Amino acid sequence: MSDYAIELTGINKSFGPVRANHDINLAIERGTIHGIIGENGAGKSTLMSILYGFYQADSGEIKVNGKKITIADSQVAIAAGIGMVHQHFMLVENFSVLENIILGAEGGSILNSAIDGARGELERLEEEYGLTVDPDAIIEDLPVGIQQRVEILKALYRGAEILILDEPTGVLTPAEADHLFRILNQLKDQGKTIVLITHKLREIMAVTDNVSVMRQGTMVATRKTAETNVGDLAELMVGRRVLLQVDKGDANPQDVKLAIENLTVKDSRGVTMVKDASFEVRAGEIVGIAGVAGNGQSELLKAISGIQKAESGRILLDGEPIGVTGNADPKLLRHRGMVHVPEDRHHMGLVLPFEEYENSILGYHDDEAYLNGPMLNIAAIRADADRKIEQYDIRPPNNRLKTSNFSGGNQQKIVLAREMERDPVVLLVGQPTRGVDVGAIEFIHKRIIEMRDAGKAVLLVSVELDEIRSLSDRVLVMFAGEIVGERSPETSEGDLGLLMAGINNEAAA
Amino acid sequence: MNNELPRWVDYGLIPIFNLAVAFLVSGLVVLFVGENPIDAAILLVRGSFGYGEGIGFTLFHATNFIFTGLAVAVAFHCGLFNIGGEGQAYIGGLGVVVVVLALDRYMPWWVTFPIAIAFSAIFGALWALIPAWLQASRGSHVVITTIMFNFIASSLMVWLLVGWLKPQGSMAPQTRTFEEGGQIPKMDWLFDLFGAKLGGAPLNLSFLVALIAAFLVWVLVWRTRFGYELRTMGTNPTAAIYAGIPPVKTVVITMLISGGLAGMMALNPVMGEQTRMELDFVAGAGFVGIAVALMGRSHPVGIVLAAILFGMLYQGGAELAFDMPNISRDMIIVIQGLVILFAGALEHMFRPALVNFFGILSMGSKKSAGETV
Repeated sequence: MSDYAIELTGINKSFGPVRANHDINLAIERGTIHGIIGENGAGKSTLMSILYGFYQADSGEIKVNGKKITIADSQVAIAAGIGMVHQHFMLVENFSVLENIILGAEGGSILNSAIDGARGELERLEEEYGLTVDPDAIIEDLPVGIQQRVEILKALYRGAEILILDEPTGVLTPAEADHLFRILNQLKDQGKTIVLITHKLREIMAVTDNVSVMRQGTMVATRKTAETNVGDLAELMVGRRVLLQVDKGDANPQDVKLAIENLTVKDSRGVTMVKDASFEVRAGEIVGIAGVAGNGQSELLKAISGIQKAESGRILLDGEPIGVTGNADPKLLRHRGMVHVPEDRHHMGLVLPFEEYENSILGYHDDEAYLNGPMLNIAAIRADADRKIEQYDIRPPNNRLKTSNFSGGNQQKIVLAREMERDPVVLLVGQPTRGVDVGAIEFIHKRIIEMRDAGKAVLLVSVELDEIRSLSDRVLVMFAGEIVGERSPETSEGDLGLLMAGINNEAAA
Repeated sequence: MNNELPRWVDYGLIPIFNLAVAFLVSGLVVLFVGENPIDAAILLVRGSFGYGEGIGFTLFHATNFIFTGLAVAVAFHCGLFNIGGEGQAYIGGLGVVVVVLALDRYMPWWVTFPIAIAFSAIFGALWALIPAWLQASRGSHVVITTIMFNFIASSLMVWLLVGWLKPQGSMAPQTRTFEEGGQIPKMDWLFDLFGAKLGGAPLNLSFLVALIAAFLVWVLVWRTRFGYELRTMGTNPTAAIYAGIPPVKTVVITMLISGGLAGMMALNPVMGEQTRMELDFVAGAGFVGIAVALMGRSHPVGIVLAAILFGMLYQGGAELAFDMPNISRDMIIVIQGLVILFAGALEHMFRPALVNFFGILSMGSKKSAGETV
């Protein structure tokens, strides 16, 4: 038998023009914990979906335990001993633990014998791996950490020898995460092979034996964890791309226009997403918020723009508080000069089935310039849309075209034109160049700097470190909902990367 | 992926295609019961459009369906599925009766009529208010609550008709017959213009009210600020919240408008035809409205056309059942069901094939403009 549990050779996978996986080679030793790390969109999840049979590779070879196999669907993967614990659990909330574990392996239309058999098997597994769970508890009553344990047990019950965990700590508290790592080590000692997908460097260092780094669909390196360090990995992960050249003069910061004081935001499940954040943005400066996606930046932006209610804290816009814990009305905030280019233009910034001109007034549709009493002044709206189309070079220049038919870059320009042309006091920008073609990136960056030079206070949230570094005058780093430090944009990528992984060198020194 | 179709295909070819298939299958059904489908089709069309009285009946039925179809469409643009048109129309009838019973002896019809229009709309709207509020603030789904309210409306009206609205001594659960001041004039003048005879057909001025309502719905949805908000809400609720559109208010007002339109349907049968309120006068028009809105793509023009089609099925079907003994009244309902099935439920059956077809046709020419991300 081969020493490798999994060998992937020359895996390619494209979605339309996007190459999600490009010529991937990966060998995972049996009985080890192998980390796969990379930024969002680097192709980690696609690769694992290929391994688990959700997608078919366009080309390439998969060997499990030295045997070449074709994984047509997840049934084949399970039969080959591969189990997967998804980022979003695949559990039936109102079923008991036992019922969830036999789901898909009921073995007949009468459940009694399967349940009895499963109970015995479950007790054995729990004992063997120290994974204690009450088999009769209802899933929705269990804490997230235990739910995850059920997912692991589910995989083991099906005889998984190779366990893939996709971003397993995203929803866990630090204590739960530590417990998970202990379980993983135990599983390893029992001879299981574990693949851990994550973007958190610290987890890789804490628990893996080997680590592979992915960037933009390619596998850039595989290292023994003991022979590498966080700095190296951060560099491999972020890459040594040349900075986008942006002509930018010195900032001339004036009065504080936006002040955040001790802001705490929880999501609908009650998980704290932003923890006690405080900072200021002055007129004439760009403050960048760096961080790995999912560390609270989205919630911060939503709370400031009045879309999401905050738990506690204060936000001052131009010295005046906004009702951040009560009913902060996005409409009112717009009137007070806070404009918002949202992170997700498809779901928030635009109504894709609308015609372009209709989107050019979204949020400003109660502006008198666009109205005739209760009626829309279509002629005025279209004239205004045409003016913006020309100014922002939106192509094709047709205000009657459905918004979904514009390219990503042009869709983003529609949003930018709408928000920036309001002469705001504060400009909130989230992921301004996500999914935007290279040509438009430069234009968008230039416009953001022009806004700064015109004396606007700009708050920029981006997961692109290059973008943060080249645009910002000050960089704040967010990790696990907290602002963990402020740096100048000249700070090296490695240092910022460490901070983004929650490791504060200055504090340690 | 681009699944756009030219407008004329989307709004013209696909409905005609669906309709043709529905009639083809209906033809098989007619064949199966031993009648000639071509003769049946000719009878159907001649019965509904062949002579003045037939046309009058067709448009009379269509009037009901325009109102209920518009009601469904307005809610649909806001992402709400109001299937309570039946109950809202029924309660709308109560509004009509309240006005007419009070005024018909003292006022001419042209005074009673506008007030009755307003009251039918208000009563229908109020019947939609509770489901609307429950949906907007408590998350109870309007599909469930509106259908429940249909049953409540039905029981309530039986109780009112039997216990309160029925004249003393009468055995029939219906109001007294309205005086002239409570009757909407028939539209024989229009038919006289073309040298046709309206005859006994109950086509009345509420048909014109329905057409005006259709135009106003178009203005509301596509030309007003509120219409913009309700469409944003219906297409992308996240974007609506981002844009500061108040969700509760938008949902409630939309449902009030929807209920009001359904309520106005009562004018046609109550004041226009029966000149009294009878038990179950809505007779399923609220539900036909759903099919009409689906087939008409929730656009007022489409709704008017679809309503006339269903009016034709009602009227022509009645004639067909009369002339062809093998085709019973139930068989007509089967045919109507097939039209609903193909035009509504299976609306997307032929779409993918047509998208492919037109995609291949326009491959070269649209490349630059049609790209999506």
